[in-house]
Amino acid sequence: MSGDGTTTKVYALHGAVIAVLVALNFVLPEYHHGVLARVLVLAVFAMGYNLLFGYVGLLSLGHAMFFSAGLYGAGLPLYHLGWGVVPAFAGGIGAGFTVSLFIGLLALRTSGVAFMIVTMMFAQVFYLTTLYFGEWTRGDEGLVLQQHTRRIALGSETLDLTNPATRYLMAVALFAATLFATLAIVRSRHGRVLVAIRENEERTKMLGYDTFANKLAAVVTSGVICAAAGAAYALLFGYVGSTFASVQYSILPLLWVLLGGAATTLGPLLGTLFMYYVVDITSGYTSAYMLVVGAMLILLVLWFRKGVLGTVRERWLRWLP
Amino acid sequence: MTDSKRFFDLGKSGLSRRTALKGLAAGAGLMAAPGFVRYSQAQSSAPIKIGFQAHRTGIGAAYGRWYEKTTNAAVKLINDAGGINGRPVEIIVEDDGTDPKRGAEVVAKFASQHKTDIVFGTLFSHVVVGSAPTAGELKIPYYVVSEGYHVASGKLNRWVFQPGITDVRSQVTSVAPWVAANLGKKVTMIYPDYAFGYDHRDYFAPALKAQGGEVVAQIPIPPTESSFTKYLPQIPADTEVLYHVMVGPGVLTFVKELGEFYGSNKPKLFGFIDSLEAVDINSPGLEFLDGSHFWEGSPRYAQANDSEAQKAYRAAVGIDDNGASTTDAKDVSTAAHMFGCWETLYVIKKAMEDSSYKGPEDRAKLVEATEALTEFKEGPEHPQGDKKFNGKIHQVFGHQNISKVEGGKLNVVHRTSIEDGMYEPEADYTTQPL
Repeated sequence: MSGDGTTTKVYALHGAVIAVLVALNFVLPEYHHGVLARVLVLAVFAMGYNLLFGYVGLLSLGHAMFFSAGLYGAGLPLYHLGWGVVPAFAGGIGAGFTVSLFIGLLALRTSGVAFMIVTMMFAQVFYLTTLYFGEWTRGDEGLVLQQHTRRIALGSETLDLTNPATRYLMAVALFAATLFATLAIVRSRHGRVLVAIRENEERTKMLGYDTFANKLAAVVTSGVICAAAGAAYALLFGYVGSTFASVQYSILPLLWVLLGGAATTLGPLLGTLFMYYVVDITSGYTSAYMLVVGAMLILLVLWFRKGVLGTVRERWLRWLP
Repeated sequence: MTDSKRFFDLGKSGLSRRTALKGLAAGAGLMAAPGFVRYSQAQSSAPIKIGFQAHRTGIGAAYGRWYEKTTNAAVKLINDAGGINGRPVEIIVEDDGTDPKRGAEVVAKFASQHKTDIVFGTLFSHVVVGSAPTAGELKIPYYVVSEGYHVASGKLNRWVFQPGITDVRSQVTSVAPWVAANLGKKVTMIYPDYAFGYDHRDYFAPALKAQGGEVVAQIPIPPTESSFTKYLPQIPADTEVLYHVMVGPGVLTFVKELGEFYGSNKPKLFGFIDSLEAVDINSPGLEFLDGSHFWEGSPRYAQANDSEAQKAYRAAVGIDDNGASTTDAKDVSTAAHMFGCWETLYVIKKAMEDSSYKGPEDRAKLVEATEALTEFKEGPEHPQGDKKFNGKIHQVFGHQNISKVEGGKLNVVHRTSIEDGMYEPEADYTTQPL
């Protein structure tokens, strides 16, 4: 993974992916255009998860908490305080930063199974908190962010986030920013330390690295990315509800990442996209569509233990980041 | 996927990994293909397509199944009678998994892939609220059968209607006078600690107070609880009436533990049948409810004074005198709510006829035509009873039934007037642009 040739290839590939996504804005049929906008936002969620799970090897079962911190951090001030879209988005990210820093400081005192359980418990606390403050959050029923509040005024122009093309391009922009940010992180010295921690934390410590600080930075980065996805989801799709804080939304990013390939930069997108269409198509034929998803995961474990892109990297494209 | 059997039988067939992968890829391609088929525009004789957002899986599945049966029965009758504007009605079902995220995706799928004329039939409030923004943005009329106060509150948008079932605020307001006059004035409320429970919490207490009654305690139960014993001591000793509304599988435990807590010396009980929809009232453990009262939208058990329309409706949907399926006596229906699907479809029919609806280009006209409706007469189209519709808040108002559990049945002992459930509208959707 070194040398200029590889770097060029890596950036060319990621640039091409973004170019294709932008081009798809103009050719996709209406339905799939809308689907891809949603999938891109959720893929950002998966990328945030992947940073911690794939690169640091920390399996969290509480990432719904970070996603919904962004969702509520953006949605509540917009709904109750009349904030604009941009400050609301910043509010979502701020909420994600605060929550992930707090959780990181506490949960990183554990590792392995204990880390899973602690993150899951904190996420459950967060979920119940969203219900407890039902007067403001409307609990499980949630809130609708009205169309007219989801606009950005740019001088005389107005950017309407409910317009399908605008929404799609905003989703691509967020996705691209996250993609290149993760790419930069995993190729940086910090990223190398994270991988070293995953492979052997004791040895990394012995080499003189502060593994706690590195892990904490990773939890916060991961939390902020997930919160950005949550904030974008609220602002682009106009709904804020506690379902997104429930445990299934902690497990979904794990599945997306496993499917697409843990510790690959593009795997989360692939996994999210694939799973969306598997559910979308099979649910048209049977109500047992989760059985299909389950069977698919078993096939994955049998033949693609490293996920789709992880396997591709192992067998053919060794340079994939 | 004809070779699916071989697929899981790798040992015998000696299928290579490469072949399996090719098969997978081909299969995935095949499955994805229909999504890209362009659908042709509806012709004048083509069916009117109604997208039915159904809870086939998830917590709403028991309701969803009966919503689907009722919908199919009503559509069959409508089609037998010549359809809508001379066109047959076609129902297209998509499962939303009782999940608000999937709900929104399903609405988008109806609008832009199936190209349905409208979306219809959602029950659970969080799915309605989660789907409403998408319906509004895609400008597709969205007729829900949910009983939440969300539509009438004005917090959704102009494209969302609830014309076939009353909302919780109206229900609790209309039963309060009867509770105060017949059961007692000191009421303790037990309700689920989420939005559905809040509608009860927020609107029952003032309605009771207006009758000289008082809510002496409100006990919210978190949705994660599976045992309720620790909450029961919170019920004040001077409670005359225990008002309970629980949703989900916890209700059987709740009733059992309530029985153990009180023994024979219990306060009067008043509950919402929502808890026990699709559950046999004679199930073991529910004996404690004998002699207690329930709210019902439409009565589960056939009543002596049932109208001809009610009898015809029950026969068409396929429920017997006990409110269970005519083909399986153990399959208890969700009778108190599912009539809403039937009545909503007839409201849609009326609005489409009033607006001479032709296709998706007339959706805005359809919204205005629905808003212009004011009254529905009792009859085959509205077997639950006559109703009044408020076009400004997109909400219907109707009669409520209070039934007593006696002899293993629910007998209606009181029927409220429409006016009992009326309240001052807090919104006006008609001012929003179309």
